[in-house]
Amino acid sequence: MSEVENISGTVGDFNVRVVQHPRYIDVEKCIACGLCAEKCPKKVSSEYDAGLAKRKSAYVRYPQAVPLKYAIDNNCIFLNKGKCKACEKFCPTGAVNFDDREKEITLNVGAVIIAPGCDAYDPGVYDIYNYKTSPNIVTSLEFERILAATGPSGGHVVRPSDNKEPEKIAWIQCVGSRDLHPGSQPYCSGVCCTYAVKEAVIAKEHLKGGLDTAIFYIDIRTHGKDFETYYNRAQETGVRFIKSKISNIVPADHPGDLAISYVDESGRRVQETFGMVVLSVGFSVPQQAVALAKKLEIGLDSFDLAATGSFDPVQTSKPGIFVCGTFESPKDIPQSVIESSACAAMAEQTLAESRGTLARTKEIPVERDVKGATPRTGVFVCHCGTNIAGYLDVPDLVEYAKTLPHVTYVEDNLFSCSQDTQEQITKIIKEQNLNRIVVAACTPRTHEPLFQETVLNAGINKYLFEMANIRNQCSWVHSNEKENATQKAKDLIRMAVAKVSLLSPLYDPEIDVNPSALVVGGGISGMTAARNLSKQGYFANIIEKSDTLGGQAMNLYQTWDGEDVQAKLAELVQEVASDPNINILTNTQVKKVDGFVGNFKTTVDMAGKEQVIDHGVAVIATGAQEFKPNQYLYGKDPRVLTGLELDRKFIDNTLAVDDFRSAAFIQCVGSRIKERPYCSKVCCTHSVKNALALKKRKPDMDVYVLYRDLRTYGLREGLYRKAREKGVVFIRYDVNKPFTVSNENRELAIQCFSTMFQREVEIKPDLLVLATAVIPPQDNPLAALFKVPLNEDGFFVEAHVKLQPIDFATKGVYVCGLAHSPKPLDEAVAQGLGAAARAGTFLSKKKVFGNAVVSGIDERLCRGCRICQQACPYQAIDFMKDEIVCRVNPAVCTGCGSCAAVCPTGAASVFHFDDEKVLAMVEAAF
Amino acid sequence: MTETFQPKIIAFACNWCAYSAADLAGVSRLQYPSCMRIIRVLCSGRINPNFVLKAFEKGADGVLVAG
Repeated sequence: MSEVENISGTVGDFNVRVVQHPRYIDVEKCIACGLCAEKCPKKVSSEYDAGLAKRKSAYVRYPQAVPLKYAIDNNCIFLNKGKCKACEKFCPTGAVNFDDREKEITLNVGAVIIAPGCDAYDPGVYDIYNYKTSPNIVTSLEFERILAATGPSGGHVVRPSDNKEPEKIAWIQCVGSRDLHPGSQPYCSGVCCTYAVKEAVIAKEHLKGGLDTAIFYIDIRTHGKDFETYYNRAQETGVRFIKSKISNIVPADHPGDLAISYVDESGRRVQETFGMVVLSVGFSVPQQAVALAKKLEIGLDSFDLAATGSFDPVQTSKPGIFVCGTFESPKDIPQSVIESSACAAMAEQTLAESRGTLARTKEIPVERDVKGATPRTGVFVCHCGTNIAGYLDVPDLVEYAKTLPHVTYVEDNLFSCSQDTQEQITKIIKEQNLNRIVVAACTPRTHEPLFQETVLNAGINKYLFEMANIRNQCSWVHSNEKENATQKAKDLIRMAVAKVSLLSPLYDPEIDVNPSALVVGGGISGMTAARNLSKQGYFANIIEKSDTLGGQAMNLYQTWDGEDVQAKLAELVQEVASDPNINILTNTQVKKVDGFVGNFKTTVDMAGKEQVIDHGVAVIATGAQEFKPNQYLYGKDPRVLTGLELDRKFIDNTLAVDDFRSAAFIQCVGSRIKERPYCSKVCCTHSVKNALALKKRKPDMDVYVLYRDLRTYGLREGLYRKAREKGVVFIRYDVNKPFTVSNENRELAIQCFSTMFQREVEIKPDLLVLATAVIPPQDNPLAALFKVPLNEDGFFVEAHVKLQPIDFATKGVYVCGLAHSPKPLDEAVAQGLGAAARAGTFLSKKKVFGNAVVSGIDERLCRGCRICQQACPYQAIDFMKDEIVCRVNPAVCTGCGSCAAVCPTGAASVFHFDDEKVLAMVEAAF
Repeated sequence: MTETFQPKIIAFACNWCAYSAADLAGVSRLQYPSCMRIIRVLCSGRINPNFVLKAFEKGADGVLVAG
């Protein structure tokens, strides 16, 4: 609820004046019970439900909002008319505060990161599709809410006009994108093809009765990692894909239905009727973000998006101000997350000198030794205002808890989590000499850390604590059956008491951190990561298999936006090579990896000589190669080149352009085929770029691009438009029809089937460029050495495809560049920076604390069968050859307990979730 | 005998998904019968068949493993 008013100063010393709008609810007191919203009489359209449902003026935007605190907006009746205050009357904690006023805050910061995002295009402004007049035409965001279990129809796919299940749904692509009409954007929004495919697949799953789905598109751009596989699967499940131009959408004869008129690829006019139409809206540029950018005085491009360069993908025109997300250019979640890490890396680099200067150390009281002492359990039952006490008989729970074994003290609190109660609990623990604590309240998922802190402050080990979830999983879900719900709460308290009596103190493992990194691979992303880590103040080792730094960037002529790759690469190599904090080992490969996060010991082979490198983290940046095909006369006719070979001729200026009257590019050579199903992402833009370069050198040259879907995503769409303006001919070929390249009588000839002409075409180019796939190494021993996974295509698999696109499930190992997936240079640089940021979060600590709730193996019982090792998803178990036992590394273990489930002798168990404790809870449940 | 059948169901819920879903059901005030007792585990992969058998031995009418 805050906005930047203005900013002054320069990098390292900015003053940012921020205006905080009144919330009218004290976040310290709000317990998110929702009573204010329930009692609020003012209904307004819900932004989160895209206007399909109502919310109250007192509201929380969505159930997972952070912080989970309510707010009162300007629609409030009291704020407008001076009467009502229902929320204030019912709020159990007195959190409503109508005296709240706008506040001004000045922040002194060294760096600024802006992530204002984009808006969704509003199809109602220039209403060419009758969106405003037809309730059954919805935007894709509205359809997301219709699909969502928390949405207005509870996840049931029904159309707005009559709440009936539609039999046919159509998606219209590129609404507001790739369009020069007023209000629309010329760029490709980059995400809509994949989300439309997803919506169609999910809608089909929801409506099991054979929903017919059709996606009307220009090009299907599923260029992201693994998206092509998803597109293929959608085709297999029967989603129809129709390449077309939409003429109009009008009401059909049957009420609520819509008739779509379109021109298909071959120029035929067609009309088809659907029960519902989804407009796949793209990104539009929010004026608020533009205003913010102007206040910050950062440069904008022709679309009013923040201007950046390929080699500095998150750096704005102003030093110390960085940008990430869709306000930089249209992009999806993984790339936005990568860029947010890249911004963190740039900020870390900018602020390296002052790191830790604002950190404070917490004083922790000495822990009381309770070993061997009989449990003296204290139970605190929370009313949570009326959230628990309104539905359960709390006094009955208190009396009942007093009867349980080892319970020596019970009390109830209006709010156990409030500051004063926390202090009270600490005092009681000391006074009553309690050594086990149970809080019966909300959920441990949000409140366990808070109460553990309270226990710790009383000098008790924080693991001698257990919560009984009597709100989220009891009072809130059984609000009409007080007796049964109270009985259930008694059971839950009894189960928690049974468990807590058995608990013993645990201690978080302390891990020393070696403040250095090993970067495997000296390409653009690896060098970027190393340079940033060095600037953050850490030591980096780069090991490179070949004899020189540079990787694939050495083969590239220009970036898509025209930057000179060789000049920039030379600068980067020079900077890395002269950095005393970076150790470069060429002709070197990894042989063996020992140790774990914080303390890796990696043995490398330097042209036959072995060396051990100690490092805290590792960055895998091993890259990928250009596919060399065995088709289309490649290697047999000198006029046939790959894309990078043409770049090489541009770099060396050896292309005898005057010899060519015509040139052709063939797309998807080795990509999007059965043996290699993924899209290589970079080749469409690369070919269009090179087609333009040929046209520039010789404007009368005939240049053809033979493609399947032209995937110049995001701002790259501008290149495609320019190429068409310059006369480059784009011919879409049918991948299922014969495609031949011959050179009889020394004449190079291509025969393929054009989907537009619906006939075979022949092109006789003097130069043929094959846009070949990006391929990972065939054999990748690094995956096994670092215990990290590869996907079916041979690229490394990140910990989470959307939210952790740089991390591995294995702690302390990160991935960037082509090793992760095919990507252009700017994205490789961003991921290299991101990897440095992720590594930096770890390296910035001299010691880190792990989680104490981990697994352990009783070595007296272990037979060394190693089944646990196979079951462990985190590679946390090592086999001790000499002792013939397995051992858990607590620094790596997450405590999932898979080992305990498979162990045949009962040697493996999870502390505090072992058989004894779980079975005790089962017993106590009856 | 007019007593209605009141089953008792023991649920083992993964901390990261099913247990938080049960929390979210509470936030959303979704109502369901009060016969279930949820035991939190850190992963549904941790469920030992003994846990299920023990629950039945003690008289559970159903066991739910959710994760």
